Amino acid sequence: MRHGRTRFAVGFLVLPVTLYVVYVIAPYAQAFSIALTNWRGVNASPQFVGLENFRRLLEDTVFWKAVGHNLLLLVLLPVLTIVIALFFAFLLNAGGRGGTGGVWGSRFYRVVFFFPQVLAIAVIAVLFQQVFRPDRSGMLNAPLIAMGFEPIGFLSDTDIALWSILGVLVWQAVGFYVVLFSAGIASIPRELFEAAAIDGAGGPPMFFRITLPLLWDTIQVGWVYLGIIALDVFAIVWVMTPEQGGPDYSTTVMAAEIYRNAFEYSRFGYASAMGVVLFFFTIGFAALALRLSRRERIEF
Amino acid sequence: MTEAAIPHGRSYARQERRRRLGPLSVLTHAALMVWTVLVVVPIVWTFLASVKTEDEIFGDAWSLPATVRLDNWARAWEQANVGQYMINSVLVVACGTFGTMLLGSMAAYVLARYPFRGSRAIYLLFVSGLAFPVYLALTPLFFVVQNMGRVPFIGPFIGLNTHGGLILVYIAYSLPFTVFFLAAFFRTLPGAVAEAAFVDGASHTRVFFQVMLPMARPGIVSVTVFNILGQWNQYQLPLVLLTSAKEKWVLTQGIAEISADAGYDADWAALFAALSMAILPVLIVYVIFQSQIQKGLTAGALK
Repeated sequence: MRHGRTRFAVGFLVLPVTLYVVYVIAPYAQAFSIALTNWRGVNASPQFVGLENFRRLLEDTVFWKAVGHNLLLLVLLPVLTIVIALFFAFLLNAGGRGGTGGVWGSRFYRVVFFFPQVLAIAVIAVLFQQVFRPDRSGMLNAPLIAMGFEPIGFLSDTDIALWSILGVLVWQAVGFYVVLFSAGIASIPRELFEAAAIDGAGGPPMFFRITLPLLWDTIQVGWVYLGIIALDVFAIVWVMTPEQGGPDYSTTVMAAEIYRNAFEYSRFGYASAMGVVLFFFTIGFAALALRLSRRERIEF
Repeated sequence: MTEAAIPHGRSYARQERRRRLGPLSVLTHAALMVWTVLVVVPIVWTFLASVKTEDEIFGDAWSLPATVRLDNWARAWEQANVGQYMINSVLVVACGTFGTMLLGSMAAYVLARYPFRGSRAIYLLFVSGLAFPVYLALTPLFFVVQNMGRVPFIGPFIGLNTHGGLILVYIAYSLPFTVFFLAAFFRTLPGAVAEAAFVDGASHTRVFFQVMLPMARPGIVSVTVFNILGQWNQYQLPLVLLTSAKEKWVLTQGIAEISADAGYDADWAALFAALSMAILPVLIVYVIFQSQIQKGLTAGALK
C-alpha cells in the first residue's frame, strides 16, 4: 500500500511538473540571465554585458513613455472600473440590501453587462477601431459630423488616443466586477441590512456604512486583478492603435515594447531587460496593493 | 410566526419595497439602461455593418442596410480564411483545455491529498506562476519551442508553427491557476468515500477517476470554463509561436490581421462580417451557459 502510494503520486505528477518546468519555469529563469547579455539576432552568440541593458533602458525615452502609460492605466483603470461597477452592483441589488433578489430585470442586466468579458481582446480591438473611425463611417464621429462638429481623432490624436484605450478597457472590465460585487453583496447576511434599516439607515448611508466595508475583501481582489491587467496591456494597443503603440508612441506600453524589441528588432537581451523591469513592477504593485488595503477583516 | 401572518408579512414587504423604490426605480433603470446601450450598440452596429455594402459603410455609420448582403459573410469565410482560423481555434482550445484539465487535476489531487516531503514546494512552484507576467518569458519560450522542434520523432509536431507546440504551451501556462484552484477544491472533499473504495480494493488511480473526479465536478466545471475562455481569447502566444504558418493561425490572429491589412482597397464589408463571425459563436455559447460562465470566471476571485 505504502509503496503503491508513492508510485501513484510520482506517476501523476511527472507529466504536469515536467511540462511546467520546461515551458514556464525554465523560460522565466532564463529571462533573467538573457537580460544580462547583448544577445541580438537568432544566430548570434550572446555575450555577458552585466547591467548594460538596464543602463541603456534608463535613457530610452520610448520605454519610459511606455512605463508612464502603464502607470496611468494602473491608477485609472482600477479606480474607474471599481467605482462604476460598485454603482451598478448597488443599483442592481436594490440599494445593497442583501437577499432581496435585486431589482426587476437584474438578471438581464447582469447578462448584458458581463458579455464583453467573454470577447477576445483582439476582437474588441478591431471592433473599436471601426467605432472610433475618424470620418462619417465611424460610429461615434458620424453623429458629431452630422451635428456640425469637428470629428474627434480618437485614435489619431496623440492627446486622446490613450484615453480611448482606457475607455475600451473599462468598457470590457465593468461587467465582470458588477457580477463579482453583486455576488459579494448577496453573501452579506440580510439581518445586517435589516438592523441598519431599523436604525434608520437607507440608500447611500447604508451603502457606505454597511455594504462597502463588508465588500472590502472582494474590492481588494478586484483591485489587484485590474492592476495586473493594466500592467499587462498588450493586444488592445498592438491591434487597435496606428503604428502599434502610436501615433508617435503616444499609446505604447511595456508589453508592446518588449514584443517589438524581441520579435521585430531581434534585441533579445534588451527586451528581456524590459521584461525584468515589468516583473518588478508587477511584484511591487501586488505587494503594495495587499499592504495598503490591509485592514481589520470583518468576519461574518 | 403564525400561518396567518405570513401572507400579511409578504404583501407588506412587497408594498414596502414598492413604496421605497417607486420613484427611485425609474432612475435606477435609466442608469442601468445607459450601460446596457453602451454595451449593446457597438456590437449591434458591427452586425449591421456586416450586411451593408461598401458604399453604405462609408456613407453614414448610422444608416440601415438597404438589402441584407450575406455575400459579405461568404467572402469573409472563404477568402479571408475565417473558416480555417475558426477550425484551428476550436482544435487548439479543445486539446489545450482537455490536456490542462487532465494534467491539472492529476497534479492538484496528488498535491492536495498525498502530502510528501517537497509536495508543498511543488505546489508553491505552480502557484508562483500566477505572479509572473508572461511577457518576461516570451523570448526564452520562443527558443524553447524552437528547440523542441529538433527533438527526434515528435519534434515536427511540437516545434514552432505547429498546433501541438501551441497546445503544450497553453497547457503549461494554464496549470498555475488550474492547480491552485483545484487543489483548494480537492482539500475540501470528504475522505470517507475514498476510504470505502480503498477497502473494496480500488487502486489509487481508479479512486481518482471514478470517485474523486466526479465529486469535484462543480470545481472542474468552473475551471474548464475559465480555461476555454482564456485559451480561446489568447492572442500573444500564437502571435509569437505561429508567426510564419498562416494556415495554422487561430481566430484572434486572423481577425487582427484582416484589420492590419485593410488599406485603401480593403474589403471593409468582409472585415465586419469576419468580426461578426468571431462574436456570434461566443454570443450563442454565452447566452446558453451564462450562469456557469459567470460563476466560472468569478470563482477565482471569490475563493
